[in-house]
Amino acid sequence: MNKPMAVNADGTNSDLLGFYRAMRRVRTFEERVGELFVRGGTAGSMLHLSIGEESAAVGVTAAMKPQDTFTTHHRGHGIFLARGADPKRMMAEIAGKESGYCRGKGGSMHIADMGLGHLGANAIVGGGIPTVVGAGLSARHKKNGAVSVAFFGDGAMGQGILYESMNMAALWRLPVMFVCINNQYGMGTRIDQATANTALHERALAFGLNGESVDGLDVEEVAEVALRMVDEARAGRPGFLAVSCYRFYGHARKDKSPYRDPAEEEAGRKRDPVAFARARLIERGLAGEPMLDMLDAEIGAEMDATIDFALSESEPPLSSMFRDVYDPSETEPEPVRTRIERVLARD
Amino acid sequence: MPEMTYRDALRKALSDAMAEDPDVIILGEEVGRYGGAYGVTKDLIKDFGPGRVIDTPISEPAIVGAAVGAAMTGLRPVAELMYVDFLGMAMDQLANQAAKIRYMFGGQIGVPMVLRTQGGTGRSAGAQHSQSLEAFVMHTPGLRLAMPATVADAYHLLRQALKKPDPVVFIEHKALYAMKEDVDLGAEPLPWGKAAVRREGRDIVVVTYSRQLHYAMQAATSLSQQGIEATVIDLRTLNPLDFDTVREHVERVGRAMVVSEGPLTSGVASELAARISEECFDFLEDPVVRIAGEDIPISVSTALERGSVPGPELIAETAERMLA
Repeated sequence: MNKPMAVNADGTNSDLLGFYRAMRRVRTFEERVGELFVRGGTAGSMLHLSIGEESAAVGVTAAMKPQDTFTTHHRGHGIFLARGADPKRMMAEIAGKESGYCRGKGGSMHIADMGLGHLGANAIVGGGIPTVVGAGLSARHKKNGAVSVAFFGDGAMGQGILYESMNMAALWRLPVMFVCINNQYGMGTRIDQATANTALHERALAFGLNGESVDGLDVEEVAEVALRMVDEARAGRPGFLAVSCYRFYGHARKDKSPYRDPAEEEAGRKRDPVAFARARLIERGLAGEPMLDMLDAEIGAEMDATIDFALSESEPPLSSMFRDVYDPSETEPEPVRTRIERVLARD
Repeated sequence: MPEMTYRDALRKALSDAMAEDPDVIILGEEVGRYGGAYGVTKDLIKDFGPGRVIDTPISEPAIVGAAVGAAMTGLRPVAELMYVDFLGMAMDQLANQAAKIRYMFGGQIGVPMVLRTQGGTGRSAGAQHSQSLEAFVMHTPGLRLAMPATVADAYHLLRQALKKPDPVVFIEHKALYAMKEDVDLGAEPLPWGKAAVRREGRDIVVVTYSRQLHYAMQAATSLSQQGIEATVIDLRTLNPLDFDTVREHVERVGRAMVVSEGPLTSGVASELAARISEECFDFLEDPVVRIAGEDIPISVSTALERGSVPGPELIAETAERMLA
C-alpha cells in the first residue's frame, strides 16, 4: 500500500509519491479494463470506470488499517486496487475467469476479497451500505478495533437505505464511515438534477454523524481528512465524507455522455487528481519528469500484463455452476437436465 | 412431559442459543424493551443485555442489511421482521445480498444469519399484516426456509437454523403463538430438512406445513370417522425440501393433495403439485389437487379472512370427493 517514499522540503516525510503511484495504477488499470473489451470480447459487459476519482480511492484507503473492512459500489475497481488487490486477479475476475477473485462468478460489480476486508462490490445502488453497519456491530462486539467503510456514489444519496444506515451508525456510535464519491453524475443525471441540496455532508450532520466534504482534486487533502475521520470512527464517532470529483467518461463502457455539455466535460477533466499530484511532486522537488515517466511506464507494463493474464486464463468449468449456492457441506441444487432425465426415465 | 406454548419454545430456543454462543445477537423492531410484538423475545434483554438484544429504528432494509454485514464478519445475527408482509421493504437485502453473497463471491464467505418473522391469517390484521409470502423466499436460490407447525419444531428448527452456514428465513405463524403442546425437548429431534409424517393412512396423502398442518390433522380425524385414512406430511422446511418422503408416500398411496395458506398461483402448493405430477405420474390415480389461499388480498372482516384460506372442512370435503 502507500508507504512514504519521499521527503518534503521541510524534512517531513511525504506520502505524495506513494499516492501518485497508487493513483496512476488505478488510472492505468481502468484504461486497460477498457481495452480488455477491444481484445477480449463480451465477458463482463457491465463496466464502470473510476477515472477521475482516483484520489477518493487512494486517499481513503490510505487511512484504513489492515483489520478494517469495506464495501464498494459498481464503480469500485480503484478502491479495491488501492487497498492492495492483485490487478491480475481483478482483471481475471472482470473477464469472468476461474482464477479471478470470485472464480468468475462475480465480475466487476461483485468483486470481493475477505483477505483484504473487501465485503463486496455491489450492483444495487446503496446495496452495500448497511453491510458496514453490521460489520460495525461485529467490531464493537468483538472489540477488534476495526472500522468498516462504505464507499458509494452520489447516486446512492437518493436511496433510503443510506439514511437508515447513517441513523443506526450514529445511534449506536459504531466504528463506521460512509464515503460518498461524488462524481457529479448518477448515470446520466447530474447531482443538481437529483437533489435540491448538493451540500451532501449536511445530511450526515442532521443524523448526528461527523460530516465533511473535501475536494478530490488534492489527494493529500483527501487523505488528511479521511485519516482524521476514520480515526474518529474507530473511537465510536462515525462519519460521512463526500469527496467531490468528476467522472471523466461515460456511465459505462458504451456511454459517450451525450447528456453532458462538452465544455463542462473539458473543465471537469482538467480537475485531474493524478495530473495535480504529478505537478505538485515536481513543484516540490520530490520527483522529476524522467523519474515519473519511468514510474508510469513500469505501471503501464504491469497493467498490460493483467490483460494478457486475464485473456489466457480459463473459464470456470460448467460443473462449478451449482457450487457455492449453499455451503459446500450441503447438497448442490439438482441441474434441470438431470431432473428431466430422472422424470423421463420412468417405466 | 411439560406443556409449553409455541411462543415459549421459540423464546427458549433463542435463549439457549444465546447462552451457548456469545456471537448470537438479536436485532429488530421492539425486540428488546418491548419484548417483541408477539412476545417471543420477552425479557431476553434482561438476560443478555442491550448489546446483544438490539432495539432498532423502524428500518427493515437496514435491519436485514446490518444482519448480513454482521454475519459476514463473525456474528450469528437473528434479525426480526415483525411481519413477513414487510419483506417487500427488505427484499433487496435478503434476495440480492444475503442470498447471493456466497455464490457471487465464489464461495469465499457465507451469510449465517436467521431472519425470524411471522405470517399468515387469524388475527383480523388486514391485507398488509396477514400474508403468506413463503413462495417469495422459496423462489430465491440461496435462502433456506423453515416454517414450524408444532411447539417442538418451533424450538428445534430454530436451534438448528442457528447452526446453519447459510441464511435461513424462519417464518412462524401468528395464529400458533398461544398453542400449547406437551413437549420433551430433550428427545432427539428430526434432522433439519426432513419432513415429518404426522399420520399414516392408505387412502390419500396430504402434504402441508405451518398452521395448515393442524387443519389437515383435523380433517384427517373427521375423514377417519368415515373410513378414509389419510397420510399427513408436515414439510417443516421448504428449503431444503424433503421430496423423498413425499414421493415415498404418494407412490404407496397413489393419491395426493397439497395444502398451503399462501395464494394458489405460483405458490408452494403449485410447486409441490408439479413435482408430484412429474415424479409420481405412474402411481397417481387422480390429478394432484392444490388447496391454497384464494388469489385475493386478505380482508379485516373475520368472515372474509377465514374464507380466503383453506380450513379443515375444505380439506376433508376435497378428500371425500377425490375418493368418491
